[in-house]
Amino acid sequence: MEVYLDNNATTMVDPKVFKAMEPFFCTLYGNPNSLHKFGAGTHPKMVEALNYLYEGINAADEDDIIITANATESNNTVLKGIWIDQILNGSKNHIITSEVEHPSITAVCKFLEAQGVSVTYLPVNEEGIIEAHTVRDFISDDTALVSIMWANNETGKIFPIKEIGAICKEKGVPFHTDATQAIGKIAVDVQACNVTYLSFSAHKFHGPKGVGGLYVKKGYELTPLLHGGEQMGGHRAGTVDVASMVGMGVAMKLAVEHLEFENTEVKRLRDKLEDAILELPETIVIGGKENRTPNTTLISIRGVEGESMLWDMNQKTIGASTGSACASEDLEANPVMNAFGSDSELAHTGVRFSLSRFNTEEQIDYAIEVIKNAVKRLRTISSSYAYTPKDHKSQL
Amino acid sequence: MAKGDLISGSIWDEYSNQVIRRMDDPTHQGEITEEMAARAGGKLIVADFGAESCGDAVRLYWVVDEKTDLILDSKFKSFGCGTAIASSDVMAELCIGKTVDEAVKITNIDVEHALRDHPDIPAVPPQKMHCSVMAYDVIKKAAAQYKGVDMESFETEKIVCECARVSLATIQEVIRLNDLKTVEQITDYTKAGAFCKSCIRPGGHEEKDIYLVDILADTRAQMEQERLKEAADASAEGRSSFDKMTIVQRIKALDEVLDTDIRPMLIMDGGNMEIIDIKENMPHYDVYIRYLGACSGCASGSTGTLYAMESILKQKVDENIRILPI
Repeated sequence: MEVYLDNNATTMVDPKVFKAMEPFFCTLYGNPNSLHKFGAGTHPKMVEALNYLYEGINAADEDDIIITANATESNNTVLKGIWIDQILNGSKNHIITSEVEHPSITAVCKFLEAQGVSVTYLPVNEEGIIEAHTVRDFISDDTALVSIMWANNETGKIFPIKEIGAICKEKGVPFHTDATQAIGKIAVDVQACNVTYLSFSAHKFHGPKGVGGLYVKKGYELTPLLHGGEQMGGHRAGTVDVASMVGMGVAMKLAVEHLEFENTEVKRLRDKLEDAILELPETIVIGGKENRTPNTTLISIRGVEGESMLWDMNQKTIGASTGSACASEDLEANPVMNAFGSDSELAHTGVRFSLSRFNTEEQIDYAIEVIKNAVKRLRTISSSYAYTPKDHKSQL
Repeated sequence: MAKGDLISGSIWDEYSNQVIRRMDDPTHQGEITEEMAARAGGKLIVADFGAESCGDAVRLYWVVDEKTDLILDSKFKSFGCGTAIASSDVMAELCIGKTVDEAVKITNIDVEHALRDHPDIPAVPPQKMHCSVMAYDVIKKAAAQYKGVDMESFETEKIVCECARVSLATIQEVIRLNDLKTVEQITDYTKAGAFCKSCIRPGGHEEKDIYLVDILADTRAQMEQERLKEAADASAEGRSSFDKMTIVQRIKALDEVLDTDIRPMLIMDGGNMEIIDIKENMPHYDVYIRYLGACSGCASGSTGTLYAMESILKQKVDENIRILPI
């Protein structure tokens, strides 16, 4: 049995999404900017997709949702746009973000720091949450932007976006949120939360890879990242990937329709998996169980190095992910695990399971069995549980 | 960057079958108790290396015959990824039947080679090479414990890149012999820095006490100093070594000859000349000069005077000098 439990990395394209995209490859292939029926023929479905996207995050018609290539582009557009429009002209020089953002935020912030911009990285508390008051503590007249993710990719922790949005509104500072891990898992409402900019990516909610969106509140338009043609009202040049845009729209519609299912059935399966793993001794949910997206759990299993756990699961065709430093190609430590203390043994024992509406009860039962066997085997090999002679002083 | 770097590979696909087999079923995984050691007729040695908080830890158990120093049995426990477990397994196996002195000679390169399916194909991808280093370190730790000495006493040379086992002396030597100017060149010549890349510059996977960037800068600085000293010594001894001189020394050498042999004549005619620049135009040295006073505009400046000046400088300084008035 194949079990995919890495849905925070990417998701399967919903067959309904795929079907909606199909006509735009070999039938409705015209350029939407062209003045003929081939081009114009693409418009109805593009408009429909926009409607789904606007409804999905409760954007007002006067606001923009720019179609981008991914959330990385959306994030870059906001941060670099703020830099160009608010910082390079000398009016502001400060950005507030968190320690646990995606690299498409933190790497841009590092770049901006090298250009002389002052950046504050807010820490998470022991529950893995950014506390809203810390945003207030650091906002000054110099602050050009606050950028805090809606939900964390590793822990699934949901940040107090409504409170942060209210603080930003009160202080008159634009508020950007990377909602990549929130859409399709929890309700996202830009108006209720006073969001100025919001990034998302279709492939995290059963849409295609290579397409994302950027919500921009009216009056907060930014210098574009890509200059060129007048697509997207001049905010993002380049011929629109019509098939992907239509796919993202349908994916958003389905995501909103399945929110209830996500928070009942998917959550039930996540909890079942989690509870079964927690029956094993010396296991904990990193950051605790409160305030999480319903599909995600990050569990530390003492004595079991994360990548070896992935190995054993992969041998049994189960895909998950790890917060450990060793597993990724670039060998860099995971910032979320580091935020909980990089010296801690936990830093290398985290395994993240992220479910989707396509996981079944049978799959979870199979995964539980495989995980229990893997933990048993790896703990047998592990130095954490090794025999120590009475005169030997352990240095592990 | 190149074609091969654009799509990050799946690192597990690059593991040898040996690595996979030893990860799935490590033969020498286990522990040895004092009772087991006593029964086997040897002394129990237990050595730890690494730490779980660092992501890699290994414990090595040996039973050593105290009369012969022979390792009778060897087992390990490991907290680490697949490569770390497979490396530890092969390491424990390689120790069995060796004396402690022989075991200390086992390096991480031996461990990695023992994991290969084919002698020419690496057992693990480059970024996993450092996982075998711990297997080597824990042997030294065990041997040091058995002999009651410091682990460092087994290190005969300073190793900079542990993955490829390249010493400081080797790196310094290739920089000098091949006049290397970049870290990439050092990697091409020695393989140092080709694997986990920690030794290239601070901020990598592991913290080091010395980095390739510093070794390169220091060695280059030393080479430059030596070159300057040699040039200074040569000019002090009056040897013709124009090619080894710095630009300042070259101007000085030319001025000395010009001052004694050329300028007095020019000054008598109400003129003079100055050196503007010296450019290497191999095999020539093009000396750009400007005539001053009465000399500027004098027809002889591009004929007789020029030839005289050039021939004296060729004779007294370097035969490849050409004079170019501007």
